[in-house]
Amino acid sequence: MDPVGLFFYLVAFLIFGGIYAILCLALNVQWGYGGLFNAGIAGFFAVGAYTSALLTAAPAQTHLGGYELPVPVGILAAAVTAGLTGWAVAKICIRLKSDYLAMASIGIAEILRMVIVNEDWLTNGSLGITNIPRPFDGFVQGRAADILFLLVVWAVVIIVYLICNRLYDSPWGRTLRAVRDNEDAARAVGKDVDAFRLQTFVIGAALMGVAGALSAHYFRFLSPEATEPLLITFLVWVMLMAGGSGNNKGAIVGALSVWAIWSMTEIFANRLPAEFATRSSYIRMLLIGLLLQFVLQRYRSGLLPERSPGNAFDKDTDKTNG
Amino acid sequence: MSPLLAIDGLTAGYGGLPIIDNIGLNVAPGEIILIIGPNGAGKSTVLKSVFALTSIIAGSIRFADSEISRLATQKLVPMGIAAVPQTRNIFPSLTVSENLDIGTYAAPPRNRAEVEEKVLTLFPDLKAKLNQPAGELSGGQRQMVTLGRALMSEPRLLLLDEPTAGLSPAYLERIFDLILDIRKAGITILMVEQNARQALSIADRAYVLVNGRNFASDTGANLLANDEIRRSFLGGTRPS
Amino acid sequence: MESLMMEFINFYLIPGLALGSVYALGAIGISMIFGILRFAHFAHGDVMTLGAYGTLTAVWMSGLHPLLALPAGIAFAILAALAVDKVFYKPLRDLPTIYTVIASFGVALIFRSLVQLIWGTQNEVFIRGVQKPIVLFDLIRVSVLHLESIAVIVLAAIALHYFLTRTRTGRSMRAVSDNPELARVAGLDTEKVVRSTWIIGASLAAIAGVLSGLDTNIHPNLGWNLILPMFAAAILGGIGKPMGALLGGMVIGLIEELSSYTWFTDEPLINPGYKTATAFLIMVILLIFRPQGLLKGRLF
Repeated sequence: MDPVGLFFYLVAFLIFGGIYAILCLALNVQWGYGGLFNAGIAGFFAVGAYTSALLTAAPAQTHLGGYELPVPVGILAAAVTAGLTGWAVAKICIRLKSDYLAMASIGIAEILRMVIVNEDWLTNGSLGITNIPRPFDGFVQGRAADILFLLVVWAVVIIVYLICNRLYDSPWGRTLRAVRDNEDAARAVGKDVDAFRLQTFVIGAALMGVAGALSAHYFRFLSPEATEPLLITFLVWVMLMAGGSGNNKGAIVGALSVWAIWSMTEIFANRLPAEFATRSSYIRMLLIGLLLQFVLQRYRSGLLPERSPGNAFDKDTDKTNG
Repeated sequence: MSPLLAIDGLTAGYGGLPIIDNIGLNVAPGEIILIIGPNGAGKSTVLKSVFALTSIIAGSIRFADSEISRLATQKLVPMGIAAVPQTRNIFPSLTVSENLDIGTYAAPPRNRAEVEEKVLTLFPDLKAKLNQPAGELSGGQRQMVTLGRALMSEPRLLLLDEPTAGLSPAYLERIFDLILDIRKAGITILMVEQNARQALSIADRAYVLVNGRNFASDTGANLLANDEIRRSFLGGTRPS
Repeated sequence: MESLMMEFINFYLIPGLALGSVYALGAIGISMIFGILRFAHFAHGDVMTLGAYGTLTAVWMSGLHPLLALPAGIAFAILAALAVDKVFYKPLRDLPTIYTVIASFGVALIFRSLVQLIWGTQNEVFIRGVQKPIVLFDLIRVSVLHLESIAVIVLAAIALHYFLTRTRTGRSMRAVSDNPELARVAGLDTEKVVRSTWIIGASLAAIAGVLSGLDTNIHPNLGWNLILPMFAAAILGGIGKPMGALLGGMVIGLIEELSSYTWFTDEPLINPGYKTATAFLIMVILLIFRPQGLLKGRLF
């Protein structure tokens, strides 16, 4: 690979790495702060992606809108619609055991996929939406646009990171951790536990919507394929687990390192003999599945464990059976 | 006679945090032994330790001359120990008859029909309810179901954790009478009880625990007559 | 009028019962696992897939009818379930169960990618060609497969009821589901109960996978695509109530098929593209109004 090619490979890697970092930070708010299990990340991602795409794309007969609104408006709207979707899901299951939230969130994600595929008037079905703009489209053309987009993505990553950190250290974040670590005690001192959980879920969902919007703008094209649950939901979980749930830096490090592993296996797979190469994506899936099991059993606190003493979810230390 | 159960220097608790410290206790065959003490004294922890439901930090627990402090709960029932927890001590969606049946799985009795007959003679109330889910019974009847389940394994030692907790005074009397009947059937009993005064009147001996340590031990009658014990643990007034 | 009635029976009611049988067989396992191991097993659909592919391989090797080759698929699914329990779920048993839920997501992915690696991604069929339906009284036309599915679920219901109420293992399983702490105190071998749960859950899942594969075709996403209606069925029946899950599966299957019937107008009530969404809607309504399910299952 020539140096220029390598450089742009790196740019592409970091753009999607950044989008994954946002997803990971968002999941960290839900799971790391609030202990809420979201198995439908792809759904919120999709809502955000389609919202922003429909609002900013050029008018088209094949789908709703194309309102040519400015990209930042699209991204903000993506946060709002994804957040509202999150609110509806959480409102229903927040009182129940986390398994129910897992089922409901995965269900919402699947239904959203059905809507996207079936409702041609809205989304142009599986043909997808084209002509989605990027920010600053008028200023730069060609490959330089990728560099500019990289800067935009990482600016968003930094903003999201700062917001998440502020949330973590705020009284709100402290209460939330108290709720997560000892729900009964938090209830006993009069905290509205369910309201706090609902808020985390909505914030996380909104941020996932932002990530979805960025991905739509990056590709300039959006089809149901882009919201493949395995690539969005599953990979993000592995990233957060590997990086260290509860720690925002860990979320970013986890996103980049797992994304690096994922991308590198692709390079290797391309060098395999043809008969293996076609199946290489399944080998990668298998490896990611195994990586998750490994992390769950051996590295539960991740590369960068949570700062506060004692990892909240690890009840290793206070098992009641000898 | 060598004791059926001998606890020596037992320190135990949950997750490395000791609740009881250096406890010693003996139960001879055929005795009813009572553990009393204020809330949080670690009474239930002693029973749970015998049943391998705590983490044991130090000390020994010997049952019929063999060390059991390292054995899993599952191994204890076949050896002849049965336990009745204080709360959540029935299988609510199983029928009364199925609840009793569960008692025989870990330690199949030699003659199942005979054991069931004996248990139903002790608890005649259950006869009419055999096919009813245990969760539909009253508190006192549930207590009989769980006692019956424990007896179905033909234990030599029965551990009872506050068998009268939450029961009406009428049932309280009946449960104490039943405990005497169970002893008459040759079963040794180690129990924790809040209604210390009544319990002392049926117990052979009792151990008083305070802050997880042995505080006193004597016969039931002597403890009832002891002014200091009465003032501190039995509510002060003279025994009736 | 009569022909409309027959159309309803032939094209909606019987297929609904057949689909319900598939859901029911899967939901029983999900409900048992939720009751006894206390976690939502997201890889259960993929156990179905493994059962279908195991049977398919046995059909290829022996040339037997799929229902005769079924034991091979069942054995394969059981082995896979016991293996992942030992390697991936058991080490997490003392942690909050949500970790096991996450692990089961990973296992779902592992199973699916293994299927894709070993058998490829193309659709496979058990039996080529179109099978003639059976015609009863000149009116009712049923496919043999749908009859078989309904027969299987009836047999399964009888066997399951007998097993749960009459056998020692069945009663032990209900006891552990009811009150795991007391089951331990009573000296029940919880690990043995866990093993039995996997064996029964995986067997029924494998049967469901084969029935579903016979109805359409076999592909790596066969089971994963069914996981939501099966969860809905398990919740509908009451978690930890296997017979409830069976009933729940039948209800969900019927509702799914009947939802696309031309009830009030000439148009299907619900666009067939959203058929599976109806199961999810039922689940959501239950979670709001009656999370303990129809048969008063445990509320976690």
